[in-house]
Amino acid sequence: MPEKITLIVNGAAHTVTAEPDTPLLYILRNDLKLKGAKFGCGLGQCGACMVLMDGHNVMSCEVPLWSAVGKSITTIEGLGTLQSPHALQRAFIGEQAAQCGYCLSGVIMSSAALLAANPEPTLDDIKQALTRNLCRCGTHTRMIKAVQRAAADLKAAK
Amino acid sequence: MNAPVKLPGSLDANRQLDQWLKFEADGTLTVFTGKVEIGQGVVTAMAQIAAEELDISLAKVRMVSGDTVLTPDEGHTSGSRSIDEGGTALRYASAEARDLLLREAAKRLDIPLDKLTIEDGVVSGFDRIRRVSYWELPHTALLAREATASVKPKAASKHSIVGTAVDRLDIPFKATGTPRYVQDIELPGMLFGRVVRPPSYDAQLTAFDADAIRKLPGVVAVLRDGNFIGVVAEREEQAVKARTAALKAAQWKEVPIAADEAGMHEYLRTRPDNKETLISERVDATAKARGTRKLDARYTKPYIAHASIGPSCALARIDGERIEVWSHSQGVYQLRYDLATVLQMDLEKIIVHHGEGSGCYGHNGADDVALDAVLLSRAAGGRPVQVQWMRDDEFAWEPYSPAMTTDVHAALDDAGNIVDWSVEVWSNGHSQRPVSIKTPSPVSSLLSAWYLEQPVTRRTQADPPMAGGGGMARNAPVIYALPNERVVAHRVEVQPLRASALRGLGAISNVFAIESFMDELAAAANCDPIEFRLRHMKDARARAVIELAAEKAGWKPGTQSDGTSGRGFAFSQYKNGYGYMAVVIDLSLEPDPHVTRAVAAVDVGQVINPDGVINQSEGGIVQAISWALKEQVRHDRERVLSRDWETYPILTFAEIPAIEIHLIDRPEEKPLGAGEIAAGPVPAAVANALYHALGVRLRDLPLTREKIAAALV
Repeated sequence: MPEKITLIVNGAAHTVTAEPDTPLLYILRNDLKLKGAKFGCGLGQCGACMVLMDGHNVMSCEVPLWSAVGKSITTIEGLGTLQSPHALQRAFIGEQAAQCGYCLSGVIMSSAALLAANPEPTLDDIKQALTRNLCRCGTHTRMIKAVQRAAADLKAAK
Repeated sequence: MNAPVKLPGSLDANRQLDQWLKFEADGTLTVFTGKVEIGQGVVTAMAQIAAEELDISLAKVRMVSGDTVLTPDEGHTSGSRSIDEGGTALRYASAEARDLLLREAAKRLDIPLDKLTIEDGVVSGFDRIRRVSYWELPHTALLAREATASVKPKAASKHSIVGTAVDRLDIPFKATGTPRYVQDIELPGMLFGRVVRPPSYDAQLTAFDADAIRKLPGVVAVLRDGNFIGVVAEREEQAVKARTAALKAAQWKEVPIAADEAGMHEYLRTRPDNKETLISERVDATAKARGTRKLDARYTKPYIAHASIGPSCALARIDGERIEVWSHSQGVYQLRYDLATVLQMDLEKIIVHHGEGSGCYGHNGADDVALDAVLLSRAAGGRPVQVQWMRDDEFAWEPYSPAMTTDVHAALDDAGNIVDWSVEVWSNGHSQRPVSIKTPSPVSSLLSAWYLEQPVTRRTQADPPMAGGGGMARNAPVIYALPNERVVAHRVEVQPLRASALRGLGAISNVFAIESFMDELAAAANCDPIEFRLRHMKDARARAVIELAAEKAGWKPGTQSDGTSGRGFAFSQYKNGYGYMAVVIDLSLEPDPHVTRAVAAVDVGQVINPDGVINQSEGGIVQAISWALKEQVRHDRERVLSRDWETYPILTFAEIPAIEIHLIDRPEEKPLGAGEIAAGPVPAAVANALYHALGVRLRDLPLTREKIAAALV
């Protein structure tokens, strides 16, 4: 049966009515109108739906709504906006690190989790941190450069 | 009446200037293009072209692309032809518009034409006091005329926007998660639809209790029409659950696939109704007679999936007689023709808007799902329905790049020169896309149309003609200077697996074969592979990219491998008339085969946006490495088995090589696309690197560890 469930997303509380086993992804996209996280496989294999839950990057297509209760969820929209982008978003724009861009928000969220845990990642750290995010256009090298650039920018800003 | 004058590019079919350009009341310029953004940055390139010719800043340009109401019909956005067709049209239309506006300004300001300057759309004399902007001129009346293409566009040396690495217009939206894709569009009262496909291509539905599915929570409609089933629900997760239940409930009588993986190539080659065509022939009997050593080899490529990260999606609503569709199709006008056929409706009653989708790299499920959305909107009383395929729908039902065989034969003379050469290709046609039709057509390219109670016949596969670069025989003829050449194509009519266009078409298999074989011949001639190619190459631009790639990669003839890594080279000019790429691949075998470095030299003529060309080249290289090392649609005699990313793995971040692209800009040459130039040479360079590492020649893609191990035994 559908239940009223309250979630903390991008710092604000939202109450939705849905089956508790509903994938978090659909709640974010359809109830909260946060379209940044994308449906890619629904199987936890591609990373297009990646968001942060208590700072860890998780695939929201595999997170049932009930298990997100009480957790702090951050989506790409919570990282920064068009007007005021986060350092990572600025770096991805600066490096023109996208082709179709469908995987992009997932890649940026995995990068955000990486930089929070490891502000000065090596090339190998970045590759390993992003390896659950699939990109079909082959934009990987630019995305890696964007993460390196964001890490440098964040360090310089400290 | 005289035939109309032939106009350049897509201008010929879309002749009115105001079909391309509109000056808006808010001081912006709207540019209409029939070419669409599929991740290649082409819409930004179009904006650059218009801004350049009109002398206005990019910031003033607004783009509208791919819309059956608003934009020109420029056919499909495919085949690396967008800049050539659409860019050329826009360049001439903009140059002519500028000229018309400038002449009008000269009259109004009473200043001779040659004393006027234009700065960001403001025309003035040297004093800068008498001035008028485009927007103050009678632009609507001026542009309401047919183009003549009589005004010469700017010389490349005068360019300040074209040829510079401007930022793509779409990336800031995508990097911030701002709604941008068809998947993100929401209409009031929108429902969610999912399709319920058969377990295999020709399965017949024998039992299905639609009413049981209708009782599930949130379900608004269940459509069963012949062998097509679809569900519509209020919420997305309800549609997904209804689909899962319907998949379990439906019972099917299956029909086997004609051949399994191991037998597929032979099955395709031996069909009695295969059609043989002589593609090209050049005979020099004297040269041929000098041949002392003959070599033959057979190369094969499996079915490859487009494997878009986002499954195909469309949105449709029906308002009385009018159908409105949002789609990431590569050809909205062509999709409209096909929808009109299936729905037996007038074209005018169907509107198709392009919205961005996940990268497609060719003909994936984009068009198919548009029909699904219309069928399910109709089942839901015309309410807006968004349909997104599930992962397995996309993998199992998209039209793959066809399995191919390419045979190569050559003879060397005593001096190690190629004196005889022939190529033979077996393949399905490489297109089953919707097409423009002049008269109502009884056939359809759209998947679900074939499964309805009253099915629409599947469109016969087409194969692009050689004049347009060819399909199955694309790049089967070579640009090496050879005295003899014979190229034969065997067109396979049967389609054991659904197949259509993937980036590069037949060039993937043909260049893999030819450039692998060039290395085999070089070895037989005891010659360095690059030197061997140069020996047979007269084309100056080809020589330049070959030499540049060799130099930048630090190619050293005669370098021995230690058995754990190798270095390979390959070259191709796409479609023998488009962009050039030469590439050096470094391959490591520890622990599994993976590319550590790719160095490419690229010549795509005049470069509109260097960063865009580099981005497309890098992406093409990565995707082609993935094809070469990993990709194959798995199937048995029952079903397609590749249904997710575990059964169809692609290259991951951990496996990404260092990539260097070296551009040769030729501002006075025609601009050519970069999207497909890597498709041919990269898999060959990987195979050549593997040979260099181990002395093992693999001729069957993908080049997996299992095949290497088997070859070493």
